[in-house]
Amino acid sequence: MGHKVLMKGNEAIAEAAIKNGCLHFFGYPITPQTEISEYLAKRMPQVGGLCLQAESEVAAINMVMGAAASGSRVMTSSSSPGVSLKSEGISYIVGCDLPCVIVNIQRGGPGLGGIQPSQADYYQATKANGHGDLHLFVVAPASVQEMASLTGLAFDVADKYRTPAMILADGALGQMMEPVNFDIEEKTALPEKTWATNGHGGKRKKNIVNSLYMDPLDLENSIKARFARYDEIKANETRWEEVMVEDADIVMVAYGITSRICKTAINAARAKGIKVGLIRPITLWPFPSAALKKAAETAKHFMVCELNMGQMVDDVKVAIDCARPVSFYGRTGGVMPSAEEVLAEIEKIAGGLTK
Amino acid sequence: MIIISHISAYFPSTPKLLIIAGHYGAGKTNIALNLAYMLHDAGRDVTLIDLDIVNPYFRAADSEASLAAAGIHYINPPFANTNVDIPVLGADIQRVFPLLEQQENATVIFDVGGDNGAVALGRYHAQLTRLGAMMLCVENAYRPLTETPEAMLENLREIEGYSRLRFDAIINNTNLGEATTAEDIIDKMPAMQQFASLAALPILFTTVCAPLDTKNQAFSTLDTPLLSIRNHTRKIF
Repeated sequence: MGHKVLMKGNEAIAEAAIKNGCLHFFGYPITPQTEISEYLAKRMPQVGGLCLQAESEVAAINMVMGAAASGSRVMTSSSSPGVSLKSEGISYIVGCDLPCVIVNIQRGGPGLGGIQPSQADYYQATKANGHGDLHLFVVAPASVQEMASLTGLAFDVADKYRTPAMILADGALGQMMEPVNFDIEEKTALPEKTWATNGHGGKRKKNIVNSLYMDPLDLENSIKARFARYDEIKANETRWEEVMVEDADIVMVAYGITSRICKTAINAARAKGIKVGLIRPITLWPFPSAALKKAAETAKHFMVCELNMGQMVDDVKVAIDCARPVSFYGRTGGVMPSAEEVLAEIEKIAGGLTK
Repeated sequence: MIIISHISAYFPSTPKLLIIAGHYGAGKTNIALNLAYMLHDAGRDVTLIDLDIVNPYFRAADSEASLAAAGIHYINPPFANTNVDIPVLGADIQRVFPLLEQQENATVIFDVGGDNGAVALGRYHAQLTRLGAMMLCVENAYRPLTETPEAMLENLREIEGYSRLRFDAIINNTNLGEATTAEDIIDKMPAMQQFASLAALPILFTTVCAPLDTKNQAFSTLDTPLLSIRNHTRKIF
């Protein structure tokens, strides 16, 4: 039997970071993710690591850049407004080709918004978490177990492709408790960080980490090289889960906590004889477009459910080239839909399909 | 009635003032809710006070309607379960202390925030020590950072420091959520007993959450009073 613990999602991310060799954490408290800092403040000294509460989110992300440049596995975490503050630093980290993990335990926005769960930072995470031509590798856990396992994946992908990775979760996943098994974590062999600025000792040429280029052509080339790596990430690291998609007339698309609500609704709909399935993106960037395109060959309707006013729904339309109708159901501002609410939407669509 | 006699065995008089404290996420709110319903069913006039200044979600406020329907008084911090980060300690809490002195049948349960959340008890230190409270330490041996007897003891002493009060007994709330088996509880019993021994405190109850049954044959080997409880935590999916 494995080593089982009952954990909050936030604690699972923190413990998984340590298990995956993260020795540096720089954060700043904000509800509903503060348990990550709180936990690491206790755990990091036990493993010889450093957990530091910076003076602000801006300071924390720049400390992450420094630690990442030295070759360390490093993480920072925040919630929506705090992630906005980190945006400039994230862009610089991309420009320097540095690996790190950034956690966003989303809360209601815009502005200070609220402290209840939300998925309204989807656009920010997948389209523009900072200026310039850039992408982050974005994972969306849907259970406390995945908060742990996808933290490991985020670190591995970040190191392998020299890119920041983001764990995009929400307050409900951060705060809720589920059993976690820590013995199933997988470790992949990591390439040596030959680019790290960790002291050459007179034995090699000096490394420089920098995002400023004097010659526009050099900058263009560096961006093109980065986008070639993005293509590799798209080819190798796209992940999703399919539930009862094969015979589904209606394919729901939902990620994170919303996918858990949708699964309850789908089981209830199936019990009523409605053929509905679910595609759950596990990586939000890269987006599992091919899986959706394939489902569009057999499905009659796509229904997207999010804790926002409709953001991922655009990516679903693009993925299937608008080949099928795509509807949206969501709640926002920190309000979560019940499984009954989602079921009612499924029934409404199913009624329209039979007419 | 069994719950009153059991608590009274460790407590000089009828339980009038119970403080539920312990490690973050150990299940304090659920224990406080279960005790509130049980003591109410046993004929006590119960008031449940949510003193949690730490947790943003999954609060006793989720059970406000069912508590009211049962006739249990509930003192909810203003703005609990809203977008306010730190619920304040409402003035309403003050009125329970004279009530406890005047009303023989009154029982007050404090549901305290985890770990350093116990600092909120300091606000009522004078009344709590004057009236005499029974402070119960809820621990779950499957929670990270309190998995060993030594770690649980350290956590207990920290909370005593924050609250400036001493614990009277332990509630063993060892569980893995909905998936908990009898074996999961039994496996951790030696660790929990070692913790109780280190703390020199009795284990008042070992909880068994429905649908797991206290009559489960596997429990017959255990030398600890079992308390059947329900899970009142709000389900979101």
